Amino acid sequence: MPTALPSNVGNQPTRAWGPIQAIVDWISDLGDLVIGWIEAIGEVAVFAFRTVGWLFGRLPRRETLLPSFYQIGVLSLPVVALTGVFIGMVLAVQGYSQFRGIHLETRLGAVINMSLVRELGPVLAATMLAGRVGSAMAAELGTMRVTEQIDALASMGANPIQYLVVPRFLGCLMLIPALTIMADFMGVAGGAFYSTQILGVDSHHYWDNSQKFVGAFDIFSGVFKSLFFGAAIALISCHRGFNCDPGAEGVGRAATSAFVYSFVVILIIDLILGILLDSLYYILWPEGMRFI
Amino acid sequence: MPSRALARVGMLRSGEMQACLLDAGVVKAWHTAKLILSQPLSSRPATPSAHNPESRIMARQQEIPKDKPKDSQRSLVEARGLHVNFGRQHVLRAIDLTIPRGQTLALIGESGCGKTVLLKSIIGLVRPAQGEVHFDGSNLVKLGDRALTRERIRFGFLFQQAALFDSMTVAQNVAFPLRQHTRKSDDEIRQIVMARLAEVGLPETVVAKKPAELSGGMRKRVGLARALALNPEILLYDEPTTGLDPIMSDVINELIIRTRERYPVTSVVVTHDMHTARKVADRVVMLFPLSRLSHEESQIIFDGTPRQLDQFGDARVTQFVQGEARERLMEMRELAELQG
Repeated sequence: MPTALPSNVGNQPTRAWGPIQAIVDWISDLGDLVIGWIEAIGEVAVFAFRTVGWLFGRLPRRETLLPSFYQIGVLSLPVVALTGVFIGMVLAVQGYSQFRGIHLETRLGAVINMSLVRELGPVLAATMLAGRVGSAMAAELGTMRVTEQIDALASMGANPIQYLVVPRFLGCLMLIPALTIMADFMGVAGGAFYSTQILGVDSHHYWDNSQKFVGAFDIFSGVFKSLFFGAAIALISCHRGFNCDPGAEGVGRAATSAFVYSFVVILIIDLILGILLDSLYYILWPEGMRFI
Repeated sequence: MPSRALARVGMLRSGEMQACLLDAGVVKAWHTAKLILSQPLSSRPATPSAHNPESRIMARQQEIPKDKPKDSQRSLVEARGLHVNFGRQHVLRAIDLTIPRGQTLALIGESGCGKTVLLKSIIGLVRPAQGEVHFDGSNLVKLGDRALTRERIRFGFLFQQAALFDSMTVAQNVAFPLRQHTRKSDDEIRQIVMARLAEVGLPETVVAKKPAELSGGMRKRVGLARALALNPEILLYDEPTTGLDPIMSDVINELIIRTRERYPVTSVVVTHDMHTARKVADRVVMLFPLSRLSHEESQIIFDGTPRQLDQFGDARVTQFVQGEARERLMEMRELAELQG
């Protein structure tokens, strides 16, 4: 380990070198990182408050809402449906060999359908939305930022948050439940098809067990969680686009980070809401207690 | 002053303002002998009402608050002690600038000296770290989102690359501010769009085109038509001739002059094209990059008429005006030697 800094390091202040300095540097870097994270969370929170604030003012015009709804809802349906079918079939493939070993293959329906409506359906729909729509929103808004179109909007007395963010936010918030239900339905259909038609599980028992174990609260909890996922995707993606660095690289980075941050936040929200909803279920129906 | 050839039907006089209704059905208004309004009587704005937001906008644009100081009535824009930083980088320091109504001001200076940042501070697109920007008496820095949005209706901004919305056609771009802030019918909007496009010399054939299908000069002219759509009180031009051929540059210069002659508009033109500055401006202000100034020096190193530019003693100004790179080349050589 060198005992002193080389003399040709420009105008950097000369510092003592050693284990204590290394620890100080490490703490300082950690502090910078923490401050950066707190600032970023604060920025997104302010952005979210401003967006929600505009919801209580004048709502966006029909001609700005409908294209957003079409992009977010209608164009996402095929990809959500397709991935839903396949995830249902994959669950059947993976679960069958395990359940067959203990002669419980007729319970496959309960496991597949429960997993789908409570977790996989909403998370899958949200992931597809973050990948397909979130990245596109970040790239579009990022390009608008780089080419000064957002400044142009503001200069003409149109609030960019009201004009650009609110329609996207409403689109994600209102249409993700529909996408989740579609993912649930297609996943259930795919799992049932593969289990009963390919793997030969008895159809009557498959559905009977599904009915016994999957309740309305399970479907509600999945759809309820999806609302938070949709709001998070819209806010994070629009925020990334609005704060895009200049140039093509900045736009690319905004699109990538929109998906990565959205996905991480979806999983965090999923965990927190999963715990809360299970607790609620326990409070409402103590006899049907679940593990938290 | 009112022409004697036309008979006056009625006349109003208040201080330096003079308004007159001529028998040809035309209303004309003068401010200190300068014609600031000339329009047919039928085109007067409607009486403001709760059901007519458009008339409210126009009425608000025209009223002069009684409680404002006299100073703010003379100057439309006033920046006081303006500091702008981007992270740790200081871009503007202690800028004091007053722009009177009706003036055309050219902001000149090297690339990166903060001209565009100053222009964007004037409209509130860039929030200063310190200082105030007063527009017609109200401090834009202290306004909230909604109030600032309302004030911006009084501005027109021509961006460097025109910043047209690429998802919209030319007609939709020009119509955008009208659809946002007025309740005009589609027919009325179409007429205004066509009139604005005609004013900037664009044919009807461009209305259905997307910005990507236009040349740089055409995009700038569409941007100008869009900036004019709401009859702004102040027009901000960010490097209007950059990237254009000499002929198209002169077309844009002529349009700036023609716009000023047609409307009672105050203009701020950011440019490093000296031909543009000399041709369109009543007043020139030169900024200098902070990185090359000492702490005591003012960032505004010239403030005068275009004629005074040539007689000014400061070498930094004359070198910029004449396009001499000698001193910069010497600085670059010294820097290279230091680093090498």
